[in-house]
Amino acid sequence: MDKKACKWLEDPGPQQEIVLSTRIRLARNIATLPFPQVAKPQDLAQVASQVRQSAENIQGPWGKLHYQPLEELGVLQRKSMVAKHLISPQLAQEAENRGVLLSPEQELAVMVNEEDHLRIQVLLPGLDLDRAWALASQLDDSFEESLDFAFSEEHGYLTACPTNVGTGIRASVMVHLPAITMVNQIKQLIHGVTQVGLAVRGLYGEGTEVVGNIYQLSNQVTLGRTEAEIIENIRSVTGQILEQEQQARGVLLGNAKAQIEDRVYRAYGILTQARILSTQEAMSLLSDLRLGVGLGLIGGISYPQLNQLVVTAQPSAVQGIMERELDPQQRDYYRAALIRERLGDKAREKGENK
Amino acid sequence: MMCEECKKRPASVHLTKIVNNQKTEMHLCEQCAQERGELGFMGNIQINFPNLLSGFFDLDQHFNVEAPPTKEEQERCSCGLSFNDFRELGQLGCSSCYRTFGQQIDPILRRIHGHTRHTGKVPRKHEGKLSLQRKIQSLRQELNEVVSREEYEKAAQLRDEIHGLEKELGGEQNG
Repeated sequence: MDKKACKWLEDPGPQQEIVLSTRIRLARNIATLPFPQVAKPQDLAQVASQVRQSAENIQGPWGKLHYQPLEELGVLQRKSMVAKHLISPQLAQEAENRGVLLSPEQELAVMVNEEDHLRIQVLLPGLDLDRAWALASQLDDSFEESLDFAFSEEHGYLTACPTNVGTGIRASVMVHLPAITMVNQIKQLIHGVTQVGLAVRGLYGEGTEVVGNIYQLSNQVTLGRTEAEIIENIRSVTGQILEQEQQARGVLLGNAKAQIEDRVYRAYGILTQARILSTQEAMSLLSDLRLGVGLGLIGGISYPQLNQLVVTAQPSAVQGIMERELDPQQRDYYRAALIRERLGDKAREKGENK
Repeated sequence: MMCEECKKRPASVHLTKIVNNQKTEMHLCEQCAQERGELGFMGNIQINFPNLLSGFFDLDQHFNVEAPPTKEEQERCSCGLSFNDFRELGQLGCSSCYRTFGQQIDPILRRIHGHTRHTGKVPRKHEGKLSLQRKIQSLRQELNEVVSREEYEKAAQLRDEIHGLEKELGGEQNG
């Protein structure tokens, strides 16, 4: 599973020095069946079989969709899919009648029988909201040809939780904001962002901690606005945040270049030499390294590589790659080994070749 | 320095607040700061929806403390869910619940979204009818504006257009 390509971890994307990934998620339900939380096992099986059948005939630029029942996966494999953001921690918890439809490049991942019958997800590298929405909407249309979605003219697409009703859309961008954090402006920024109706969360969504200066911004309101308006709101806020982060980076470079350079190379030094690394420490060092790449202080490391390292730093990913359960001490040891191996001697000082 | 609140433990949290240009300083131990919610910054980021949602319900309950469950609240949807179940679960049971509990849900939707009517994407199956309805709605709005500006000629034109579309809509519904 880990050898398989995963688009946001393989390909470069727009604005990737600050934006790790873009996600569009659409919540949909089959009209005649109860929502997953109250559904009986036979209802859930019915949903899975209808979705599977519908997907058989779906064609698109993404290639053929493959249905993966969660029952066929071990706990570690499920967890490593969570680490790659393909499925939610909630879906990974239960296996019976749960599944995920994946495209070959894994830019599409449709969760089946999570909180809603379908959670259509598009995951792309960098800031790419329009393309993500276009793909999600196209897949939605394709499903609609054979599935009858719960929809009312008044309330729109009907969802298990009223916080998702209407468009059923959650658009989110994952941003790396080390400079805004260093100049102590992050609190104000979060305040401002929530004022305009966006939620700020940690790397793995709802209820997760902010680590490595990575924040997830997403819309809260799903009803009474069009998808285009919701996406435009996220785009314009993200644009402003990018500008502020760039500005803060400029300030840091102007006022404290030596200190920043020192910090970046210390991070690189530890990441390439350490024998024990906790998730927390790895994430904070990777944040410094990514900043260094963004500022042009260190070269030879690509953004997809940096994204992969962020995933590798997660506890579940280490166990997934090693294909066995590890206690926390072993995890920290293998994490350090994996990061050393992946970072290798790829980095080089800028200007070395002059 | 000792904590200003409990005066027992050493102060380790030093806060400077500026509210309306009034600067106040506080020196607290971590425990007291936590209790007072002064360390809440990281906690604030994580907005937990089920909790927030039950907050919406609490507000309801707050206003009807004494009221016994109404007939609507005891009513069950065809999926077996009652409005009270929804309150506890934070989730609806099926698509019919939106109709069954429509009256109770709309105020909740208004609080969550600030709106109660969908304006976004429509499944192709519903498209023809709904786009006609939306067009008629926007023409009616235009008609009101035109009338208030006393542009009667334009108003007559709009009125005819609306009549035409309404006829078309009737045909769609029958067909």
